[in-house]
Amino acid sequence: MRITEKPPARVLIDREAVAGRMGFRKAVNAAFSVLFLSATLLALLVLGVLFYRIVSQGFGHLSPAFFENFASRMPEKAGVKAALVGSLWLMAVVAPVSLILGIGTAVYLEEYAKKNRLNDFIRMNISNLAGVPSVVFGLLGLTIFVRALALGNSILAAGFTMSLLILPVIIVAAQEAIRSVPRELREASYGMGATKWQTIIRVVLPGAVPGILTGSILALSRAIGETAPLIVIGVPVIIQFLPAGVLDTFTALPMQIYDWAKRPQAAFQEVASAGIIVLLALLLAMNSVAVLIRNKFQKRY
Amino acid sequence: MGNPAAPKRATVRQMIAKSAGNKRKRAAERAVPVVLFLIAAVSVLTTIGIVGTLVAETVTFFTKVPFWSFITGREWLPFSNKDAQFGILPLIIGTLKVTFIAVITAVPIGLSAAIYLSEYASDNTRRIIKPVLEVLAGIPTIVYGFFALTFVTPLLQTVIPGLKIFNALSPGIVVGIMIIPMIASLSEDAMSAVPNPIREGALALGATRFEVAVKVVLPAALSGILASVVLATSRAIGETMIVSLAGGATPAFNLGFTDSIQTMTAYIVQVSTGDAGYGTPIYYSIYAVGFTLFLFTLLMNWIAHRITKRFREAY
Repeated sequence: MRITEKPPARVLIDREAVAGRMGFRKAVNAAFSVLFLSATLLALLVLGVLFYRIVSQGFGHLSPAFFENFASRMPEKAGVKAALVGSLWLMAVVAPVSLILGIGTAVYLEEYAKKNRLNDFIRMNISNLAGVPSVVFGLLGLTIFVRALALGNSILAAGFTMSLLILPVIIVAAQEAIRSVPRELREASYGMGATKWQTIIRVVLPGAVPGILTGSILALSRAIGETAPLIVIGVPVIIQFLPAGVLDTFTALPMQIYDWAKRPQAAFQEVASAGIIVLLALLLAMNSVAVLIRNKFQKRY
Repeated sequence: MGNPAAPKRATVRQMIAKSAGNKRKRAAERAVPVVLFLIAAVSVLTTIGIVGTLVAETVTFFTKVPFWSFITGREWLPFSNKDAQFGILPLIIGTLKVTFIAVITAVPIGLSAAIYLSEYASDNTRRIIKPVLEVLAGIPTIVYGFFALTFVTPLLQTVIPGLKIFNALSPGIVVGIMIIPMIASLSEDAMSAVPNPIREGALALGATRFEVAVKVVLPAALSGILASVVLATSRAIGETMIVSLAGGATPAFNLGFTDSIQTMTAYIVQVSTGDAGYGTPIYYSIYAVGFTLFLFTLLMNWIAHRITKRFREAY
């Protein structure tokens, strides 16, 4: 074609061909940018529909009586009292147990553990544990806590199971928080003559608290919505009394919702929606606290 | 204190000497690592507990049901009085059906969202969209299950006339929605980790944003993206409540998506809510099924681990 007329150096780029394809390439770019955006918005739309459905179905059933009534065969009398109190009891066990185990493990791994095969194994094990389905943790809880330790389907048995379930999440969050405390602070502390433990307790942990709290609250909010392990442990649904101690049997919000959702009567769907609103409100409150903590203490160093 | 000639120096020395002589403190200093190690060992004990329980009870199960008929049987009829059948294939197929639909729902949407957030969105847009997307990951699965049963299934029934109330399609799609944030978030992390000079080089050569995303960033972030998909698949396999509520309780050895199915997880839930007596084959069967499930997810996590290790691009 016209190649012979041009000096050799300019042959490398065929400007006409480039210009000819430019329109198409720009159109593809524009089309895909719209496509990517709409896929993202689709996911958000689903979220919106989900919330709208739940709230429009369940809002009518939310009343003071809903919080004062126990479970019932009649949908209009069914309430969430035992389940809500049970979930709070469960958290009262899960929070301290999982925090002590999680933070303890994180401090060990970040501050004390030497680089050897045993500690590598512990680290690898934690990441594997995070991938185990929650229903399998239920089987563990059933065998060890419910049967072997004879705790029955008590708050303690369920609490221990849930603690182990969220342990990997808390460990990882605490590890990251501890790692984010600068080395200079530790060295300054040692320079002042503090021992290792004093440095950890008075310098490292206070600096890491916001990160640990944020991660832990998110982990706890996972525990509060988790259903499968409770079912496997054998947590009952129809409970007409409030637990008085950690060895009592109980029921929890997701269990109660599961039971209502399974019932064929349409009226129970509204009750289930109302229960879900209570559960989501609880989660929203916990997450807001986590976000507040994160924003208040973000990037102190 | 005791030395008036050089009071300050002596005080510090004395403090150090006093501190070094404090036996209780030194004992604490030595005890702490031991205590913390014991705490760290709990996570290892948990794994040992899980594997130990599953193996022990599964072995008991195989004294009642032959191993071969368990892994090759095409019928799962544990509640039949006369002729109970424990062939796990129908449960595995049920699980794979739901997982398949979940993955083909979640991968296009999750990847698109990741590309949009990493390559197209402004910082402000990303700061709004990303947390909202992560709300999807924080919703309890029981809520998704209710959503699948009461909204997605009726909606699908208007489009697909033959769809049963319990089917594989609806829970599959909803499990897919549940794992979108996982794919989007992990893939976005992988793509954001691709250094900007590489992008700028491609842009300077005249590439469009789309070309940069697909031909430069995607290949560079491929290992992270693949790992995110495998991890999300593992999550879909282990998902319990959505399939229990919307999938049904009919183990089926076929490839249809419109009929009632049962997954491995849903079977464990079904037995747990029923009144199967301790010591019966049904009681032990949930451990055998749980062990199979555990092996599936373990394999997935191992693959994800291998992918990130093998294809990691170091910049």
